[in-house]
Amino acid sequence: MSFVLTCPHCGVREVADFAFGGEVTPRPQQTPSLRELCEYNYFRHNVAGVQREWWYHRSGCRAWFQAERDTRTNEVVRVALPGEL
Amino acid sequence: MTRLDPQPGEAIDRAKTITFTFDGKPVSAFEGDTIGSALYAEGRRIFSRSFKYHRRRGLMCCAGHCPNCLVAVDGAPGVRACTEPARQDARVEHLNASPSLEFDAMAVTDAVGGPFTPPGFYYKTFIRPRRLWPVYEWVLRHAAGLGRLPKAQPERAWRTEYRRRHADVLVVGGGHAGLTAAIAAAQLGADVVLADDGQEPGGRLLWEGGHDQARELAQRAHTVGVEVLSSASVLGYFDGLVPIWQGDTLHQVRAAQHIFATGAIEQPLVFEGNDLPGVMLSGGARRLASLYSVAPGSRAVIATTSDRGIRAALSLHDAGVQVLAVADLRPSPSRAAERLASKRIEALHGWSVIAAHGKHAVKSVVLGPVGVPGTGRRELECDLVVVSGGEAPATSLITQAGGRTRYDADRGHFRLDGLPPGVWAAGEVAGEGAHQLSAVSGELAGRSAAHALGLGEDRSTTRRSELRSRIDKREPVVEAVPPAAAGQPGGKAFACFCEDVTAKDIHRAVQEGYDSIELCKRFTTVTMGPCQGRMCQLPAIRLMASETGQDLETVGTTTARPPWSTVPMGALAGRPIEPAKRSAIHRRHRELGATIRWAGDWQRAYDYGDPEGEAVAVHAAAGLIDVSTLGKLLVRGPQAGMFLDRLYPNRLSNLAPGRVRYGVLTSDAGRIMDDGTIGRIDEQTFYVTTTSSGAGAVEQWFSWWLADWRLDVHLSDVTQALCAVNLAGPRARDILARLTDEDLAPETFTYLDARQARVAGVPCLLLRIGFVGELGYEIHFPAAYGEDLWDAILAAGAPEGIRPFGLEPQRILRLQKQHIIVGQDTDSESTPYGAGMPWAVKLDKDEAFIGKWALARVAEEPAQTALVGFTLQNGYVPTEGAVILDERGVAAGQVTSARRSRQLDRVIGMAWVPATLANPGDAITIADNGTRVVGSVVTDPFHDPQGELLRS
Repeated sequence: MSFVLTCPHCGVREVADFAFGGEVTPRPQQTPSLRELCEYNYFRHNVAGVQREWWYHRSGCRAWFQAERDTRTNEVVRVALPGEL
Repeated sequence: MTRLDPQPGEAIDRAKTITFTFDGKPVSAFEGDTIGSALYAEGRRIFSRSFKYHRRRGLMCCAGHCPNCLVAVDGAPGVRACTEPARQDARVEHLNASPSLEFDAMAVTDAVGGPFTPPGFYYKTFIRPRRLWPVYEWVLRHAAGLGRLPKAQPERAWRTEYRRRHADVLVVGGGHAGLTAAIAAAQLGADVVLADDGQEPGGRLLWEGGHDQARELAQRAHTVGVEVLSSASVLGYFDGLVPIWQGDTLHQVRAAQHIFATGAIEQPLVFEGNDLPGVMLSGGARRLASLYSVAPGSRAVIATTSDRGIRAALSLHDAGVQVLAVADLRPSPSRAAERLASKRIEALHGWSVIAAHGKHAVKSVVLGPVGVPGTGRRELECDLVVVSGGEAPATSLITQAGGRTRYDADRGHFRLDGLPPGVWAAGEVAGEGAHQLSAVSGELAGRSAAHALGLGEDRSTTRRSELRSRIDKREPVVEAVPPAAAGQPGGKAFACFCEDVTAKDIHRAVQEGYDSIELCKRFTTVTMGPCQGRMCQLPAIRLMASETGQDLETVGTTTARPPWSTVPMGALAGRPIEPAKRSAIHRRHRELGATIRWAGDWQRAYDYGDPEGEAVAVHAAAGLIDVSTLGKLLVRGPQAGMFLDRLYPNRLSNLAPGRVRYGVLTSDAGRIMDDGTIGRIDEQTFYVTTTSSGAGAVEQWFSWWLADWRLDVHLSDVTQALCAVNLAGPRARDILARLTDEDLAPETFTYLDARQARVAGVPCLLLRIGFVGELGYEIHFPAAYGEDLWDAILAAGAPEGIRPFGLEPQRILRLQKQHIIVGQDTDSESTPYGAGMPWAVKLDKDEAFIGKWALARVAEEPAQTALVGFTLQNGYVPTEGAVILDERGVAAGQVTSARRSRQLDRVIGMAWVPATLANPGDAITIADNGTRVVGSVVTDPFHDPQGELLRS
């Protein structure tokens, strides 16, 4: 399991330089039902396909950014700072 | 030692002699010799004993493929003598024979063992009686293995460096095709790395008469900027990451395009006695003669499936070896065979080797017509049998990269049949290796790879078509496909030399039902030895096809897996780095004789020799502890208060400047993640502390939410920039007053105040908080002043008898106050409610904070368990983790902390207990590894329950 990831600040690095931050999961806007709260906290879509996810450049600039990666091939389609995707 | 006359292109320098020892005896060599060539030149023919039967084995491939020459060099086993350079004073020893290679006691398994140790014997024998199993295990374990490692290796003899290399093109294999490919790609502007496992690049050119051409190509590669890694083993292909082991360096190469020019591996023939010393592959014999000027034998018989063996016969003849006959498995003579007649070498067409005879080495060989049983045998006395049983393209790395193979019935081997994008093959591995074609194939691959990167112009498209058509128009190689085994061999026709698997063993395996190649491999262990299938995969598949009646395409190959080349575990383990973080005051702790222990990444003072006494000193007068490991974050900006209000369940935006508050950090599921203090420096500046082990996680958590919310807040991690010490005890104020002008009067500097002041001249942030339960000041200051301030405080407190105290006394003190340690007294399911801190959650806060929804629900439900304190009367200190039993005797909680407090003269602790037993005075039963004790619940702090000392 190894591929490269492009940090928006630092450029191309081995994936081991980063920490994976999980799927980008929208946070409920109002008070959620119990089901919605548990889904938000514990359930993930885990798609076999392009997934939007968080990455943290822990060995570098320590910025959080988002990436769109195909979980089947590890091809990273896009990276962007939060708010730009 | 006897050497041939100087051979053109020989690798040895006859002017420089080297001496090394083999099993204690001195051996002379020339510079450029390998250990194997030097030993062979001296007359040694037995280099090892085989794995199971301890049969005599000699040099066979001289290319680092087979297991026959494995030795230990300077204590490190698993070295192939045939490729390892001879070094001055090297200590070389044999493996797998006792007492010596010449006389090996374990060879008895060859004589009598056969019927007792067939493949898979360990599934059937040595099982009963069961009580003898430890004996069987001891015997078998000592009999198995090749070489011994010292049990204790105190100092790593060598260190491995890691190197990350991103390149445009990686070329694996530095033979004719690989060099040409690398040069072609580099000339078009690509950044090229070439890895070759030879001492110098050139591959077969070096010993087939092309050494000048090899050197010229290597020079050109350097000139055009190719990075050439020699003596470099490519280990595997991992999703585009290719690790290459070279000496002390593990290169991790990631390239956009890969060219594999790994060649093809010469194959042995399967016949009775095919493992005797003196039976050699044609490449092995030619390497000995051409590179090292060592005569591989004096009377030779050759058996070959193609022109390779004929070329070997001619070259050996020219080197002075008497070639008695060439058995060519092909029924009709090729053009090359005509040259044998001119040298008066007898050629037998349609003939092969039926058996080799000899005890210590080959003495004679029996030849006969292929596929015709019984008749027409001829026995020739000889000391060298040269075989060339075909070539298997070295496709392992390519198939790991996604390439596919297909059986080619004309060549009798599996050839490439489909490559994924970004992967190219050149030279013999692609079936494009006949002499001049290697360069054409290499150039085409190099250009294709460069083109795929957008390099090269339209003209190069024409060139590539030219090259392609030259390859397509090539003359087919005429090759015979050898039979699976010669005749009906008895028990000594070996399919796998590494694991001593014979043709008969494969026959038996199929009879027992292991009739697929993957099952047969696992049952017989064929291809699982040091050669990893190089010598035995193809013969094994042929034998299986012959046993099952299936064609070879149906039998198929086993899955190719890394590592392709042998690599020591140490090269993969890398450097033994265990980075330790130490506070700037650490040296003082060592000088004071502290017991230093790991606390996460940190090296901390656990105590200074007397933990209970140090704790008592804090109650009596004063103590000083280094808490520099605490996480420290500066949160600044117009929206800093709002930011913290969203992160913490309690209110922080209403914290006045100069005040500190305790906060518990919760997740969106309402679970406790960390705790610490938040101090307000000014309107827009907050100073947050976290637990020592949680510092990184909290910084990550804060910056994640900040990235999502994009508030006007700036975060600075100052954990390592600042030191922190806690001066605590009833005399703390008096001591501190000697070092600062700041007004420390209790009415002015109250509990939970935060002040910036100079202490002993050092600019500090003073926080009046009390983790340890006495009057105390947590002093945060720039790390550069660490030792100075530590010294100043201890000096100022000397008259009072101030004592430094460590982590363990701190644990006792905080336990007396029932202050939790996140991760010890809480786990990933603990909420502030369960942990007895409902005051840390302000559900009526305006800001919707992280965890609010979950905590609102938790607040409504009655808790099942609660964290409480407890005492024990009988002096027994339970283990942390001991189980709490409910009324029915069922496990319903656990002890999280327990200590004996000398100050209180009691055993105290904290535990999660069923909510029904969480009232003061309730009796709780603790089951601790067989012992049962009953404790009494205490919900108020054990020491100073009203907190008067803290607030004094």
